[in-house]
Formats: sequence, C-alpha cells, structure tokens
Amino acid sequence: MPIGPFGLDPVIWAPLRLVIAVGLALFLILNGALLQIYLERKIQAIIQDRLGPYHVGPFGLLQTFADALKLIAKEDVRPSATDAWFFVAAPALVFCPMLASWLVLPFAYDITGADLNIGLLYLTTLGSMTVLGIVIAGWASNNKYALVGGLRSAGQLISYEIPQILALVTVALVVGSLSMRTITASQPGPLVNVLVLPFSFLVYFIAALAETNRTPFDLPEAESELVAGWLTEYSGMRWGTMLALSEYGNVTVVCSIIVTLWFGGWQGPGVDALPLLGVVWFTLKVYAFILAFMWIRATLPRLRIDQLMSFCWKGLIPVSLLNILVVATLALAFPSSRVPIAIANWLLVVAFVAGIPFVQRRRLAALRARARATAQPVRAAS
Amino acid sequence: MPDYSASYLYVFAFFTIGALFVTGLLTLARLVAPKKVTPEKLRTYESGEEPIGQAWGRYPTHFYVFALLFVVFDVEVIFLFPWAVLFRQLGGAGLVEMVIFIAILAVGLYYAWKKDALNWY
Repeated sequence: MPIGPFGLDPVIWAPLRLVIAVGLALFLILNGALLQIYLERKIQAIIQDRLGPYHVGPFGLLQTFADALKLIAKEDVRPSATDAWFFVAAPALVFCPMLASWLVLPFAYDITGADLNIGLLYLTTLGSMTVLGIVIAGWASNNKYALVGGLRSAGQLISYEIPQILALVTVALVVGSLSMRTITASQPGPLVNVLVLPFSFLVYFIAALAETNRTPFDLPEAESELVAGWLTEYSGMRWGTMLALSEYGNVTVVCSIIVTLWFGGWQGPGVDALPLLGVVWFTLKVYAFILAFMWIRATLPRLRIDQLMSFCWKGLIPVSLLNILVVATLALAFPSSRVPIAIANWLLVVAFVAGIPFVQRRRLAALRARARATAQPVRAAS
Repeated sequence: MPDYSASYLYVFAFFTIGALFVTGLLTLARLVAPKKVTPEKLRTYESGEEPIGQAWGRYPTHFYVFALLFVVFDVEVIFLFPWAVLFRQLGGAGLVEMVIFIAILAVGLYYAWKKDALNWY
C-alpha cells in the first residue's frame, strides 16, 4: 500500500491536502488584506508627511482589524431600485476568481495548491472573470455613478488585459512552458527572466496596475468624479468582500505572477538546503512589489479615460505585438543563447522610454493646433 | 500533483468554497448587523439629490467598439499560448504562420486606428 506524506493513507491525505490548500489561501487572503490596508495607509501617510493610523494597538497595527469588525457589524443597505439577485451575487463573483487564482501560486518548490500545466492560461482566464463581477455590480446598482464606474472598469480591464497577456506569451516563448513550477525552475541563480525580458516585464507591470485598478489607472473608482465608482451603492461586509478582500487579493496575485515569471519566484540563496526558505524569499519579493504599487499610488496622479485607452491601444498593444515577433525570431535564430533576446529587449525598453517625449510633443502640437483652429478671435475692447 | 485531472478538482473546490465563504461572511454580517430600514436609506445615492429616472438607459457606443476589438484580440491570444509552448518543435514554419497571423491582426488594428475607433470622446 502506498503511503502519502506524514505516513498518512493517500485516501485520507488527498482530501486533507485540498482542505489545507483552500484554508491556507483564505487565511493568507484575510491576513494579507489586513496587513496591506495597514501598510497602504501607513506608507502613504509617511510619504505625505502625516502620522497615519496610530490609535488602535501599537503603531496603529490593529486599526484594520478594528475596521473589519466594524464592517461586519455595519448595516448592509440594498437600495430598493437595485436588481436584487445580481446585487447580492456580485461580491461572490468578484471574490471567487481571485481565490481560485491562489491555487497555482508557487510559494515554494512543493508548496502550491496544484501545479496546473496550463497555469498561466488559467491565471489569465481568472483575471478576465473579475471584470464580470465588477460590471454586474455596476449595472445591478442602478446608480448612475456605479454604472459609469462599472462600464469604465469594463473598458479599462478588457483593454489592459491584452498587453498583459501578450507580455506573458513572451515568457512562455522563452521558457517553453505554462506551468508556474517549470517557469520558476527555469531561472535558478541570479540570471532571472527580468534580465532577459525587461520589456515584457515593463509592459506587464503597467498593465497589472491597470488590471488591479491601482493609481494611476484607478478610474473605475475615481472618488473625485464618481463618488466610489462601481462600489457606490455597496456598504458593510459586501463592500468589504469586494474591495478589501478582492482588490488586495488581486494585487497579491498579480505581484506573485510578476515575481514568478520575471524574478525567479521562490528561488534565492539557501533554498536548496532548506526548501521552506523559498516561502520567505517568495513573500519578500511579492511584498517588495506590493510596496512599489503603494509608492506609485502615493506619487502619480490619475490619468484621464481617453489617455488611458489610447495609451493601451496605440502604445502598449502594438509594441507588445512587435516584442513577440522579435523574441520569437531571435529564439529561433539563436536556439542555444538568450543573449540576443536580452539585447533586443533592453533596446526596446530604451526605445520605448526615449520615445515617450517625442510622442508627447507631437500630441501637444496637435492639441495646440486644434485649439488655435477652434478658438474665437479676441476682440479689442471698444 | 501527480494526477492531472485531480488538479481540476481543486479548481472546482476553490470556486465552491469561495462562494460558500462569501455567503458565510455575509450571513454572519446579517446576523450581527442592525437592520433599520427607512425610505431615505433605500433611495439610490445621488449626492442627496432626488434621482431622476433610472440608470438603466442608453450608454455611449464606444464601449461597444472596444468590446468588439477586445474579442478579436482575446481570441488571438488563445491561439498564441499553444504556439508559444510548442514554438521550438514547430520551427520556422510555425514562426512564418504566426507572423502572417499577427500581421493580419496588425492591419485590423491599423484600420481601427485610422477609422478613429481607438479615440475616446
């Protein structure tokens, strides 16, 4: 009779493992949300020269915990004009795909819910399912702010999904696999994928900010124009599940994808001797990116919707298509070396960054020409 | 996971337990939270104004244009993934085919660009 881990019968171990996987994912999402909301407030406070939360617990550490208790004890108002079924179902529709994404995150060599061989495709599929929940929430609210927020969100999320996936394809091209474990294992040592594919990383990072509704792409919930966007009619725990849990869970998922694909995942010094150290490395790397997201939020202003859409469709998508062709051609021409791909990719980064001022100048010139053409002639005071 | 199909059981379980978790959390909130319904509270929020009409009306068509473009590109991406994985086995022929495929899409994108479909008003 085969014996599973810890001397358990596989018949008992298999369902037990599933329960542990789901339990751990939920545990990490809840704690991650508590920690990240605290970090977000504290770090923005430091950047903006404020104190941030400091009343509840030492350094205000229990502030989000108190907020969570308050949310549970708060009345869930469902306005009478809403579509009851969809309004109630939307939080689950936003939450479930996020939770399911945690299944394939590789925390260490053997610590992952399940290593699907189509891991990347699975993650992109779940990423696009979040849009459904957001649009349904916006539509079901029967509120003009919520509807505009929901539709904007749909436009933004589906648009930025394309460069995001195109960036993932280049990694799949170089590694030749969609499994998160194989991708991590393909980059041992200091030579991680970001050195080979910096341009895909740049594109993915920008698109990931948009996909998680983070500044400078947080138009769906632009509080200065749309109250709270698609979340306007939500309150209490429904709001808590949608915003606090799902948004921060999604940020963690996206950062984990970045770390796994471009920064070697759980690989780091000492992992071979002590495999559990991989969890530490993985968490450290993921939180480095989460902090970068927060830093960006405290620094950059919000884009306008037309800038947002044209940056994606006229900027990111054409260059990512070009990137795929370049990477594929070079991978075929030089099957044994990744150096040509790396050189081409770094050149693309330089060209992209250096091209921004030129495009910007042309855009401004066109805007000024249009303003001149439509301006009323100023009459001298008679 | 040694067993391939068993890992999809995990996907199913994650979805089911996610739905149950949200339901449980909302039920808990329902049990704990007060429920004092007033007509003002149930009114659609519009910054204190009396809402005029419903939000379920017409909305700008450019959302539709972008959705159409998205469908085209998203389907394309589904084709790109298997190609990327089997890329080395397919060799030069695979690359040429993919170049043609992407070129057709690029022409489509260019057409949409010139037709002003990518501008947001």
